[in-house]
Amino acid sequence: MPAVLEVSGIVTRFGSQTVHDGLDMQVQEGEVFGVIGGSGAGKSVLLRTILGLRRPDAGTVRFLGRDLHQLSAAELHALKASYGVTFQEGALFTALSVRENVQVPMLEHLRLSERTLDELALLKVRLVGLPLDAAVKFPSQLSGGMIKRAALARALALDPLLLFLDEPTTGLDPISAAAFDELLIYLQRELKLTVVMITHDLDTIFRTCSRVGVIVDGKMISDTLAGIVKNPHPWIQAYFGGERARERAGRTHGA
Amino acid sequence: MFITARRNAEELNLELLGEWRATQSAAIEAELKAIDFSGARSARVAAGSAHLDLSGAWLLHDFLDRARKAGLNPRFDGAAPTALTLVERTYSGEIPAHPGGTEWLDPEQAVESIGRRAVRGWRSAVAGLEFVGRVCLALLRALGSFRRLRPTAVARHIYDTGITAIPIVSLVGFLISVILAYMGAQELSKFGADIFVVDLVTVGVLRELGVLLTAIIVAGRSGSAFAAEIGAMQLNEEIDALYATGIDPIEALVVPRVLALLIALPLLTIAADLVGLVGGGLLCHSLLDMSMLQYLNRAQSAIAATTFWTGLVKAPVFAGLIAITGCACGMRVRGSSRELGRLTTLAVVVSIFSVIVADALFAVLFMKLDI
Repeated sequence: MPAVLEVSGIVTRFGSQTVHDGLDMQVQEGEVFGVIGGSGAGKSVLLRTILGLRRPDAGTVRFLGRDLHQLSAAELHALKASYGVTFQEGALFTALSVRENVQVPMLEHLRLSERTLDELALLKVRLVGLPLDAAVKFPSQLSGGMIKRAALARALALDPLLLFLDEPTTGLDPISAAAFDELLIYLQRELKLTVVMITHDLDTIFRTCSRVGVIVDGKMISDTLAGIVKNPHPWIQAYFGGERARERAGRTHGA
Repeated sequence: MFITARRNAEELNLELLGEWRATQSAAIEAELKAIDFSGARSARVAAGSAHLDLSGAWLLHDFLDRARKAGLNPRFDGAAPTALTLVERTYSGEIPAHPGGTEWLDPEQAVESIGRRAVRGWRSAVAGLEFVGRVCLALLRALGSFRRLRPTAVARHIYDTGITAIPIVSLVGFLISVILAYMGAQELSKFGADIFVVDLVTVGVLRELGVLLTAIIVAGRSGSAFAAEIGAMQLNEEIDALYATGIDPIEALVVPRVLALLIALPLLTIAADLVGLVGGGLLCHSLLDMSMLQYLNRAQSAIAATTFWTGLVKAPVFAGLIAITGCACGMRVRGSSRELGRLTTLAVVVSIFSVIVADALFAVLFMKLDI
């Protein structure tokens, strides 16, 4: 069984600056894989590369063993129906209500009656814990936490088995962030999702991730949560060595 | 095949098969719809090895609901699929009504909507006037010091709205004189009054068409650009950031644009006039075999001392209308990208309209003043 997602030898350059220098990453089915790294380490660029929004200067991205860049247009279209993405700022379509936002992927990929479309969209809205009256609201009328949830609802529109989340809890208060993590754990368990998550939030990492990949020096060091904390790399030590992190690590043991 | 139905006396035996995925939901929906309940009293469902995702589970949930309403009491052989349990756990509460959907046929509502429109129209007129006032105040305040006039921003906007518009404005000026000369030559030669083509072209271009068409082009180019720029900043909360920093967005964004256009539009008008006159000369030369010297002589006597200035004096007025309309529309953008598009369109329509209205008023005014 090939890995759900396998990234190998990715090289990304912006002019003379090399962001990724032979980066490898493997995500197995059913795990929650956290991607961390300093600001400017190329986390979001990596996500854009995986999603095919940016062609790497070298290296391959494989979904279930198939090379992203070898796929035909039709295969690529089908692949896009098989994963969901949330972007940092939500990237909800501002001209559409939440319900319509959730329906966008459905309208593109499914042929359904209008009633079914509406019901399925509302099911997803409920599933992410939004109140029902949020379904008819527009993104500009939502709070930050609700936008993150609405974005998750849209990402789940086609019931993907693979989910990419770009900083899902950034900008939320600790209570909302914790609630979002709970929701994610619940969905991940119930729907058997594979999740790739970029995050800065230590709490989120310790609560949700089963494995963590750290981007340092243009490469990725990945390990289980318990393992990564003990990694001697100075950046990783600085990241996990803080007061808050030590306290967490002691409490969760191996996650 | 996703479901098979076998009838066993009054019992309906259903068996779920395969992968009930979202991507298959259209096919699943069709199969479920085809199942006939008539005559059945009860139903047994075997989930078997079928795998359901959430969309599939909802379709099943909806189907079972229908079966229940038809008097069947569907039971599962063994456990229900986990996804179905999840759907049922999630499922509670009322479905919100569709938003919008006005009843147009209701006379009461029709009257109400006319009233609403009138009130909204009045309010937006007042808001527009208020905006003009705020721009004027900010302009006055900024006039106090050179730095607050933001010369770099003004220069940038003069470049964007003026210098880069020179080619298109010149081309239009030339084409207008071509049109006037052709039309004039055709009609006036019937009376042997060929020489008056010169009057038509020079007076037409200088008094009216040069400035009017320049203003319309600038409204299309820069009015829309102002609205879109400021509108995008509004969406991105940059305007709020300016407020929060203690910078008046009117002073920082609107005043430089208004000033720049006040400078650029008269200069563009002069360019259009110039090219128009040269074009008129070329056309008279080629159409009517008039020598350039003759054209210049005739033009000299056709143009009164005021002809050029009556055209040019309108340019700053048009510039003010275009710049303020564009900026005001941009400032009104709220919330969505659709709003941005709507207000950018509105900026162009309103600024062209107001330019033409102002031009008509000028025509009346100049006639009364006998210029």
